[in-house]
Amino acid sequence: MRRSADDRIFRFTTGIFAALVLLLVVGIGFELWRQSMLSIAKFGFKFWTGRVWDPVSGEFGALPFIWGTLYSSLLAMLISTPIALGIAIYISELSPKMLRQPLTYLTELLAAIPSIVYGLWGVFVLTPIVRKLEILMPPTLRKLPIFSGPPLGVGMGTAAIILAIMVIPFTSSVAREILKNVPVAQREGAYALGATRWEAIKVAIGYGKTGVIGAIMLGLGRALGETMAVTMVIGNNPQVSLSLYAPQYTMAAVIANEFTEAADELYLHALIEIGLLLFIITIVVNVISRLLIWSTKRRMTRVIVFPPVAKEEAAA
Amino acid sequence: MLTTIDMERLGATATPSAASLESMNAKISVRDFDFFYGPAKVLHGISLDIPDRQVTALIGPSGCGKSTFIRSINRMNDIIPEAVAKGTIAIDGRDIYNSDTDVVSLRRRVGMVFQKSNPFPKSIYDNIAYGLRIGGMHNKRELNGVVEKSLIRAALWDEVKDRLHESAFALSGGQQQRLCIARALAVDPEVLLMDEPASALDPIATTKIEELIWDLKVNYTIVIVTHNMQQAARVSDRTAFFMLGRLVEYSDTKTIFMNPKEKMTEDYVTGRFG
Amino acid sequence: MSYARRRKIISAIAEGLCAVAVILALLPLAMILFYVIKQGFTSLNWAFFTQMPKPVGETGGGMANAIVGTLVLIAIAASVAVPIGCICGVHLAEYTDSKFSSIVRFAADVLNGVPSIVFGMFAYIIAVLPVKRFSALAGGLALGFIMIPIVVRTTEELLRLVPSGLREGALALGATRSRAVFTVILPAALPGILTGILVATARVAGETAPLLFTAFGNAFWSTSPVQPIASLTQQVFLYANSAYEDWHRQAWAGAFLLVVMILTLSIAARFAVRRLERMNRP
Repeated sequence: MRRSADDRIFRFTTGIFAALVLLLVVGIGFELWRQSMLSIAKFGFKFWTGRVWDPVSGEFGALPFIWGTLYSSLLAMLISTPIALGIAIYISELSPKMLRQPLTYLTELLAAIPSIVYGLWGVFVLTPIVRKLEILMPPTLRKLPIFSGPPLGVGMGTAAIILAIMVIPFTSSVAREILKNVPVAQREGAYALGATRWEAIKVAIGYGKTGVIGAIMLGLGRALGETMAVTMVIGNNPQVSLSLYAPQYTMAAVIANEFTEAADELYLHALIEIGLLLFIITIVVNVISRLLIWSTKRRMTRVIVFPPVAKEEAAA
Repeated sequence: MLTTIDMERLGATATPSAASLESMNAKISVRDFDFFYGPAKVLHGISLDIPDRQVTALIGPSGCGKSTFIRSINRMNDIIPEAVAKGTIAIDGRDIYNSDTDVVSLRRRVGMVFQKSNPFPKSIYDNIAYGLRIGGMHNKRELNGVVEKSLIRAALWDEVKDRLHESAFALSGGQQQRLCIARALAVDPEVLLMDEPASALDPIATTKIEELIWDLKVNYTIVIVTHNMQQAARVSDRTAFFMLGRLVEYSDTKTIFMNPKEKMTEDYVTGRFG
Repeated sequence: MSYARRRKIISAIAEGLCAVAVILALLPLAMILFYVIKQGFTSLNWAFFTQMPKPVGETGGGMANAIVGTLVLIAIAASVAVPIGCICGVHLAEYTDSKFSSIVRFAADVLNGVPSIVFGMFAYIIAVLPVKRFSALAGGLALGFIMIPIVVRTTEELLRLVPSGLREGALALGATRSRAVFTVILPAALPGILTGILVATARVAGETAPLLFTAFGNAFWSTSPVQPIASLTQQVFLYANSAYEDWHRQAWAGAFLLVVMILTLSIAARFAVRRLERMNRP
């Protein structure tokens, strides 16, 4: 293969642009780290365990935000995963052929709605509904820590619900892809042994198990980084609380709300440090998710093309 | 085409009462069976009786409907949305296409082994135990017993007894197929359907499967689809020749191969086409 | 009840629950669309499109500057993302198996999962901090960065789908690699690449977080790249957080406009593919 000068220039030039993408990732990490040095230097590890976030006195503890992000995401996953898997199963296994396209399109529509619109709906429609439900909760249950506190409408519970809705299409579409690629032979094998339809579906899910976990993690990654919808319904109060009623705060939300108010450099660096952690966490979750999905897809598309006569196998 | 060894085998398989259809124990009776994929009719008025505890082979060129037919016996075709069946297939006298047939329990009575082995991504043990577990058997000791028995019956026990909890995918192709046979046997079927069970295997593995079929017929009614005529001649008691969705000729294997009544059959078995 | 019968009931219940799941997901979708249309459409009027926001407390006014602002931001974002994304995609498609390509591909995938607010912070650090001023440019950069991985991936995938015969044919006729790519392969993949760009645009048109401290927003008319600029999304956020009924009304109108914009972009993307494909077929 002759490599003319033109080819070399071509490879080099296009390579520069490709390198820019690489530079972007590295650059983000680097700059976030560099611009949080003040905070890292001053607080060290205590930044992540401190509960007090007081910009006025210069005391910055980010624990409430970590808690808020993790708790809200966890709750969102608990709600959304069964629904997302149910949708994936329904569309790929149970629905009449006619409905398949429209249902797929509708679930993808959920992903297309901008975050701010979710937030708007959350504030004006969902929050009053949640507030009514909070009031209706029987007093005996309200004694439990998870349901304690005044019924404000805004709070961890509302945030979890909105996050769950936003995350559903992500988990669902990947799970659907995976189920579609499970070889028919697996289900037939189950049916031939007298399995009911649900049992055969379970076999299919079992075959794509790793990918389904990847799909769930993809949704988790999405939930961890969501900003606008959450900040509009979560109450924005930096406290650590188990209660779904309690207004709390997430990493993304505090950055969104306080970034422009950061009067001094330390404040800014503290916020950027939170951004750095968010960056790292979401990368880790996404990488794991993609690895799981990729390895499942590879296994499934490695279906051996059935040769007319396969004589080269070792003796049985 | 047919070697002398095959011919001797043929002589051995001709059962004494093969001459009369009526004196045979018909395990499966098919009458006027039609099958449609949507508007396309793929099986036309199939009628035959499959005897109990013998091996019946279905032969014919590609696309002749033999796979569709065999999959109708355990109603596997139900999974396909546009599939429509007409006529009757009766097992032990009861029509399985009757509206109150319990398809789930039908499939436990009529087991199936597929062309390409399809073990689940579980251990050898769990593959075989799968059918038992969904049937409600959870007692460890019972499961162990049935798993062992099935593996012995499928001539696989000695090769895997020390690694029952390894993944099924670690086995070779031929072993995987015998695993699938063991899995099918575990739920104690009466009929075993085999859709080209050895076509993906090398000659040695194929021989093992054929020997297994020979041993199994003592206890099970076996229906086997094969495109390999020597295999049909070696292994079966009766043979049915299908062509373009129609049953052309059905008789004991010796007759089909040595003395076929229909010209089409003769043309096929002597290799003039197909 | 026999075990078999119980299993069948469980199967039926499980299948039913899956159908319920579909309803549970479509219900909020319907509710959101309903409210957006109901509250938003009725609040749309000519003033909304042509007037500027009125001072706090006064009713009326519109989001003219915000609408234009969004368009300006998208234009800046696209002018950053399209060249970088497409050419990067070209490199990945042409040199698929190189180690460098694998690393870049991985980097693009990583970027896809980064929350948009992080991009905003990065744009702040490199474009706002040094000049101590918010600007449309900074906002456009943030949005452009978000678009890049999407454009890279779709470009690469579409280029790879072009039949290899086309490339071999061009090279056999003596074309250099760059010529072959730019004159034969890229045009063949154009509909798909365009779709990718439209999809990426739809994605960033709805973004708010990265703009909060880059474009920052502007109560006045501005289209200058070096000044802060209003955007539809940010304006909606601002109004929603306020205490004024009239502003809430306008927020819904803005949301409606956003949803319409994004849906139009998605549908346009689908149409673009079909029409261009038909044109390319002899």
